[in-house]
Amino acid sequence: MTIAALAFYLFAITTIAGGLFTVISRNPVHSVLWLILAFLSSAGLFVLLGAEFVAMLLIIVYVGAVAVLFLFVVMMLDVDFAELKAEMAKYMPLALLIGVILLMQLGMAFGAWTEADQAQALRGAVTPTETHNTAALGALIYDRYFLIFQLAGLILLVAMIGAIVLTLRHRQDVKRQDIFEQLYRDPAKAMELKDVKPGQGL
Amino acid sequence: MLQADLTIILPEIILSIYAMLALVAAVYTGKDKAAPMLVWITSALFVVLAVWIGMNGEGSTEAFGGMFIEDAFSRFGKVTILLSAAAVLVMSQDYMHRRGLLRFEYPLLVALAVVGMMVMVSSGDLMTLYMGLELQSLSLYVIASLRRESAKSTEAGLKYFVLGALSSGLLLYGASLVYGFSGTTLFAGIIEAAQGDYLPLGMLFGLVFMASGFAFKVSAVPFHMWTPDVYEGAPTPITAFFATAPKVAAMGLFARVMHDAFGGMVGDWQQIVALLAVLSMFLGAIAAIGQRDIKRLMAYSSIAHMGYALMGLAAGTAFGVQAMLVYMAIYVTMNIGTFAFILSMEKDGQPVTSIDSLNLLARAEPGKALAMLVLLFSLAGVPPLVGFFGKFYVLRAAYDAGLVWLAVAGVVASVIGAFYYLRIVYFMYFGEESEGLDGGKSAMLSGFLMASAAIMLIGIVNLFGIETPAAMAAAQLVN
Amino acid sequence: METVILFAPLVGAIIAGFGHRIIGDKAAQVVTTAMLFLAMALSWIVFLGHDGQMQQIEILRFIQSGDLNTSWGIRLDRLTTIMLVVITSVSALVHFYSIGYMAHDENFSEEESYRPRFFAYLSFFTFAMLTLVTSDNLVQMFFGWEGVGVASYLLIGFYFRKDSANAASIKAFVVNRVGDFGFALGIFGLFMMTGSIQFNDIFAAAPELAETTLTFLWRDWNAANLLAFLLFVGAMGKSAQLFLHTWLPDAMEGPTPVSALIHAATMVTAGVFLVARMSPLMEFAPDTMAFVTFLGATTAFVAASIGLVQNDIKRVIAYSTMSQLGYMFVAAGVGVYSVAMFHLFTHAFFKAMLFLGAGSVIHGMHHEQDMRNYGGLRKKLPMTFWAMMIGTLAITGVGIPLWTISGMPIGFAGFVSKDAIIESAYVGTMGGYGFWMLVIAALFTSFYSWRLMFLTFYGEARGDKHTHDHAHESPMIMLVPLGVLAIGSITAGMIWYGSFFGKQNEVIKYFGGHYTAPAEELAKEVAANNPKASKLKYVMEDAPGEAAIYIKPENTVLHEAHYVPTWVKLSPFVAMVIGFLTALWFYIWNPSIPGRLAANQRPLYLFLLNKWYFDEIYDFLFVKPASMIGRFLWKRGDGSTIDGMLNGLAMGIIPFFTRLAGKAQSGYLFTYAFAMVIGIVALITWMTLAGGAR
Repeated sequence: MTIAALAFYLFAITTIAGGLFTVISRNPVHSVLWLILAFLSSAGLFVLLGAEFVAMLLIIVYVGAVAVLFLFVVMMLDVDFAELKAEMAKYMPLALLIGVILLMQLGMAFGAWTEADQAQALRGAVTPTETHNTAALGALIYDRYFLIFQLAGLILLVAMIGAIVLTLRHRQDVKRQDIFEQLYRDPAKAMELKDVKPGQGL
Repeated sequence: MLQADLTIILPEIILSIYAMLALVAAVYTGKDKAAPMLVWITSALFVVLAVWIGMNGEGSTEAFGGMFIEDAFSRFGKVTILLSAAAVLVMSQDYMHRRGLLRFEYPLLVALAVVGMMVMVSSGDLMTLYMGLELQSLSLYVIASLRRESAKSTEAGLKYFVLGALSSGLLLYGASLVYGFSGTTLFAGIIEAAQGDYLPLGMLFGLVFMASGFAFKVSAVPFHMWTPDVYEGAPTPITAFFATAPKVAAMGLFARVMHDAFGGMVGDWQQIVALLAVLSMFLGAIAAIGQRDIKRLMAYSSIAHMGYALMGLAAGTAFGVQAMLVYMAIYVTMNIGTFAFILSMEKDGQPVTSIDSLNLLARAEPGKALAMLVLLFSLAGVPPLVGFFGKFYVLRAAYDAGLVWLAVAGVVASVIGAFYYLRIVYFMYFGEESEGLDGGKSAMLSGFLMASAAIMLIGIVNLFGIETPAAMAAAQLVN
Repeated sequence: METVILFAPLVGAIIAGFGHRIIGDKAAQVVTTAMLFLAMALSWIVFLGHDGQMQQIEILRFIQSGDLNTSWGIRLDRLTTIMLVVITSVSALVHFYSIGYMAHDENFSEEESYRPRFFAYLSFFTFAMLTLVTSDNLVQMFFGWEGVGVASYLLIGFYFRKDSANAASIKAFVVNRVGDFGFALGIFGLFMMTGSIQFNDIFAAAPELAETTLTFLWRDWNAANLLAFLLFVGAMGKSAQLFLHTWLPDAMEGPTPVSALIHAATMVTAGVFLVARMSPLMEFAPDTMAFVTFLGATTAFVAASIGLVQNDIKRVIAYSTMSQLGYMFVAAGVGVYSVAMFHLFTHAFFKAMLFLGAGSVIHGMHHEQDMRNYGGLRKKLPMTFWAMMIGTLAITGVGIPLWTISGMPIGFAGFVSKDAIIESAYVGTMGGYGFWMLVIAALFTSFYSWRLMFLTFYGEARGDKHTHDHAHESPMIMLVPLGVLAIGSITAGMIWYGSFFGKQNEVIKYFGGHYTAPAEELAKEVAANNPKASKLKYVMEDAPGEAAIYIKPENTVLHEAHYVPTWVKLSPFVAMVIGFLTALWFYIWNPSIPGRLAANQRPLYLFLLNKWYFDEIYDFLFVKPASMIGRFLWKRGDGSTIDGMLNGLAMGIIPFFTRLAGKAQSGYLFTYAFAMVIGIVALITWMTLAGGAR
């Protein structure tokens, strides 16, 4: 077993374990932490594949931003998972049975896994050779997968619009900051100097 | 290269750019006050694009190395989607406005959803497919919960979102299996790899998972559970939208993938689709009987109708696809009319959706009741209305393909299903005395209702000639 | 011109039927009648100008499916032209008459607009009948056949508020269905054997059919015989021959003009027309022909015997019609189709007149139809009396026997044609059953006809005094048609004697055929059989189907009929005189005899009065069992089994599933997700099992 293979199995097992514990841990905060572990180890997998750029993106975006955001949300929301789980527990035996069946089926499928004759060749054909993989990524995204990239952008736009539509409220009774008003505030008009004589009051 | 590609997707580009520009413009100007105007502009744009696509398109072209396909099939789907979306948008304006739901984002989200749908029916690659699907779904999740002060609407949106995410997961998992087998995400590559009878189980599983994802989008049993709740919870115009354009898009996508990507394994997916079809037809018919809310009833009705459309797909032939397209076009027309009617149901200015409120409508508004009667008969598939011909088409497709049992099941289910449509007729004409609805105020809604009913009657002459484009679309998809 | 004849009645029917609200009652009647007169005028022009050559006129293409290729066309030959004049003349006169007859009808209130409906039905009937007779293929003929059936149904049940009228119309329809079944089977069979339903093709194939066998009802039959028989079953139904005759007397429930048009002159003769039209086939089906002769003779006898004791004036005439139809079938059965058509032609005149005359009496007597309540009406209805008298003289066959003016016999129409039939029957049956039955029937005919006259117009006034006081002659509009028909009844026989029952060559030429000298052996054979008829000079030359009727060279009945013994020629006359004298004795000289006779011969009287118990037997054999089976299927089959099952399904099982589906829709997100997962696992398992099997 080469070092690379050893590293692969290490990262792979860690990723699966992280995913598993994300689902089953009782404390939501722990779940998020397990998730971060899963992200990290999958970043490791990317490094093994030679995709350093994607690996770094994963760490920066997912671990650095998304997961931390999750952590805050989870800590702020007081969700009683125990109650939900009690309701679901009723179906646990059936769910387990189905899960086992599903696993067995998938096991069969992977046990007898074959692929089409030209699959390997096709897989390789996409990746430009002899370029740095960040550059290759850019070339693909902005050329061959341009459409998809743009569509992904649209999806994010929709997500943004959605978030605003569903949460933004204009309350009439709340004072809002108006930067321009602040900037153009004229001290002369805003302030009135009064000469107050000592001891007299207004 | 790129310029030629961009020319092909010009309608989608125009619509996306319009949506973004309008968004910016509305934010900096009137905000929600601009919404009515935006509704009109968006609808007009839809119609213009529909006419353009319908008139201009010719032959079959590909863009981005086959990731985007522009052919007669996609054109048929796009025209249907655009026209039905335009109709629903126009219908919804008054209703949304009076309930304070007419936000300027609404028409733009619809426009973006339509972009997604157009991509869906044109997709030639698993990734394009997924992008189109998500663009459409995400927009729909948002507009489902547009009435955010209502718990029901929010709940509907959330349920739709979570289950939609699950279905996307299934779809992606299936896609990854398919990619693993064939080594490519292009449909053209997949169909080349997946030929013959001895495909590995992994590929079959990929097919099943992907089919399940589509089944969720077309709300086929057993992936239908979200439908009644979402239909009931969402504001009625949005329910109307859900029942029309996205169904066409999802159906189109389903057919596209099954024939373009899995065309070499018809025998395999035929069983799945036939099973989904028969379950949908029966569940839709049986569960609708217990409904007292007309929106929930329409949800089950649409489940049943999707079953019939799937029957056409299950035939696995060009004629089957043609039958499915004709069926979907008829279904959409009927649903627009029916929802125009539901939108006009009001009591004391408040919308009502209970079937009991229709008691003796025929006395108060005979014209409206008659139009609704025609639509309901058509939905039930009573000859000689157009709805019957839709059913007849798919039954014939199934029969010709040797799926006699499926055709027989379809007939039985339609007999059961006729009950709940006819019960509404019964209420309208022979129901008990009760407090009636407010008289119809909106000429627009009445117009849509009457037009739809008239189409059901006049269309029996030649179905407005949609058979020819449907046949062409089917011929280009299946070969 | 032919197309105009065909469609004028249809146009009239449509205008009157659908447009009477716009144009009004009066105009509807006038339009239909005018249309019919137009058709009549054109028909006579066609008839008199026809040279016997067959013409085919295509109107439009109709069904084309596989081998089956039919177009809607007119086959114009002698048979068609005869039928054209008969139909349009009687129909036009009946339309005209009906304007008077239907002017007031107590079955409808004054506000009701029933007249246009009546006229539309009449015109529609005429159209259907014309379609039937002008047809050049069997399918079109069948359409006409069914069209007249529908019109007959509508018109018999015209007084739809009367239960008896409704029952009669249903009976007519159902009984005809039995015949039509045979007819349809015959058409199917001919199509199966010849691959065509065009008359030309079928006739050309007739000689071949006679050599072919056909399996039907687990047995091999001669194809020509079987198919001819099946077609004849249809004719039996339409023409009210024995066993399928029970509807005709009941059909008198309809208004009297209807009886005159449909149930005397035209529709009921369609069967005779069919046999004559199919003569090329019939000529090759000797067994069927024997059956036709036998059944016709029996019908003539049975119907006449029933007619002896009936009291309803219309029923007497109805049985008379049935009996005369029997005569026609005998003529057709022995192979003298021209004579059958001859009698059809003359019978149309005098029978229509008798019916219209009866209608006039009924009209004058305020819808009293029982002859026992008539009597002494001669003075009150003089014109009607004379018309009926001419009709009676015609039907009983009054004329001067054995005496001709340059080959033309002297006598009323019925005399000429009936004697021709009886003489042919003597030859055709070799003096056997058919001949004697017809002679006896002629006696009966004379008796019941005179009985009708005596009971109605002579003797004391019986029945309601008030009715008699108010009895009145009918208006002119009803008397004019009687006059016109009277001319036909007197002269039709003499004028067309030569054409229908003249020398062999004359008849053949008239029907558009060509004649040639017979083969020597044939002439010898005829001479050996019948020395008096040794001068056989002409036989038909044409192949089957080329002329309007086909007479095999071996069929020399027409020739021989002219050379029967003198006693045979005298026999119908003698029978007529005996019948007349008996009637005179029974009803004028000694009116107490009928009552005593009925009392003495009670069983026989009841047997005849109850129409040989046909209705009762049918009721027992068919109606009751059918009704029982129907009741069983309704109560047990439909009610308990099917309804029970469906109700159980609709009210028990489906709601159960509905509730189940409602429960599954719990509202909980995880339930929904769970359903999806179960779904996908099920699908995957299915795939593994189905896919693994391969």
